[in-house]
Amino acid sequence: MGGKIFAVLIVIIALASAVPIISHTFLGASVTPPEDISTHGKAIDDQMSVTMTEAGISFLAAQLILGLFVWQFANRKSGATKTFPGGATAMVIVAFLFVGAEVLALGLVGSKAWATVYFKPAAADAMQIQAQAGQFAFYFRYPGPDGKFGQIHPDKIDEGNSNFFGLDPENDIASRDDITSGELVVPVNKEVQLLLHAKDVGHSFYVRELRIQQDFVPGLDLSVHFTPTKVGKYEIVCTQLCGLGHYNMKSYLTVMSQEDFDKWLKSQSS
Amino acid sequence: MRTCNPCIAVAVVILSPTLMLAGTISGKVTYTGTPVKQKPISMAKEPSCEKQHPTPITTETVVTGANNTLENVVVYISAGGDEANAPSQAVTFTQKGCQYLPHVIALHTGQELHVVNGDQTSHNIHPMAKANPEWNKSQPPGAPPIVQKFDNAEFISVKCQIHPWMHGWFAVLKTNHYSITGDGGAFSLPNLPPGKYTVAAWHEDYGTQTQDITITGNETKSIDFSFKAKAY
Repeated sequence: MGGKIFAVLIVIIALASAVPIISHTFLGASVTPPEDISTHGKAIDDQMSVTMTEAGISFLAAQLILGLFVWQFANRKSGATKTFPGGATAMVIVAFLFVGAEVLALGLVGSKAWATVYFKPAAADAMQIQAQAGQFAFYFRYPGPDGKFGQIHPDKIDEGNSNFFGLDPENDIASRDDITSGELVVPVNKEVQLLLHAKDVGHSFYVRELRIQQDFVPGLDLSVHFTPTKVGKYEIVCTQLCGLGHYNMKSYLTVMSQEDFDKWLKSQSS
Repeated sequence: MRTCNPCIAVAVVILSPTLMLAGTISGKVTYTGTPVKQKPISMAKEPSCEKQHPTPITTETVVTGANNTLENVVVYISAGGDEANAPSQAVTFTQKGCQYLPHVIALHTGQELHVVNGDQTSHNIHPMAKANPEWNKSQPPGAPPIVQKFDNAEFISVKCQIHPWMHGWFAVLKTNHYSITGDGGAFSLPNLPPGKYTVAAWHEDYGTQTQDITITGNETKSIDFSFKAKAY
């Protein structure tokens, strides 16, 4: 009798666990992801749904089969134990193939969404902005009218004097018109290539609405590119534990019309 | 009100020689050239501070006044003075609106320093000391003042990593004769007994200048300092 109760319990737990998975697809805003403001975000959201559905169905199926076996065989007192045809080795091989095929299929389908952000290079005319993460703030740098970033000199970093990037305007002409900002301000519907530079330790650039989360790695200059599609103000947070002030390491992404952006950039350079 | 006439008489007799022979060095600190324009500070990451500054504040590396006067210059007796003990009164350094108030403080070696957090956010106070032990303390809103002392004289750059734009200075001196220039660039070092002194003027970006001066009696001597502004 105990075995049958246990089997029913397994099925109930499985069904209860499925509620959030099913609600993700069918219920309202409270469980849906935040608004997507990027051109690539839909592919990522769709992929998330596919993964969730596939993993959800597999999970449910596995739990139900488990429940069925428990119902069927839990109370058996005696008799020969049936083994998997071919023994343990064959079972491991079959399981390996099953799981491997699932992971491979998800990987192949998902790589399409991933590749649009990470494998495809940014367009040649994408706007380049440098993002620097340091304990415990983000700073952004625009190359200014000359289109060139001044060189970074770590020994010249002087935050009290707003020289967050360690520029040397005295000797480096390219750095003189560089614009530094504590906020990331970008024009709408224009591709942006963000060049990520870590000042000290590992950090992460995460904007939920952009569907981008990318680590800053000290010593590696990585980049991400995106095209924002909605005007608004969104939070940028550090999602890599970076020290004492990590909880407060954030900035804002402001997406503006091209006209407002031009005005903003001009106000920053004066 | 009854006054103790003999007491006053005694006090006058005892104190008068020192009072009579107390010179003052005063003057003004100016700059030549064009100082670099100070940059506006974006406090976007800390809205509780940002809203305290309807017009963004600027960096305070070079603060100037009318007629080319220079503020935040610590003028002090660097040699010749008595190395008097630290005053028992503490010096207060306040964090308000994600800014250090004042930008520069001076204190005697061994004098108590009280760091106060007047903000609704946590700060970390990180004096980048070299001649003294370096420390870095976190101070949540509402926390009691942080009490510290420095045993060795030096100019210490102070930072908050949670708000990287915050920058201040502790001028730890071996003398109580100091003056920090404010609006107008003026300074005054009173109550100096007769003697030969070296007066130093320190600015965080323009460095230190010194002048020798002799006080012979009850007099006010005037000296001025002029720094060359850096273009960058």
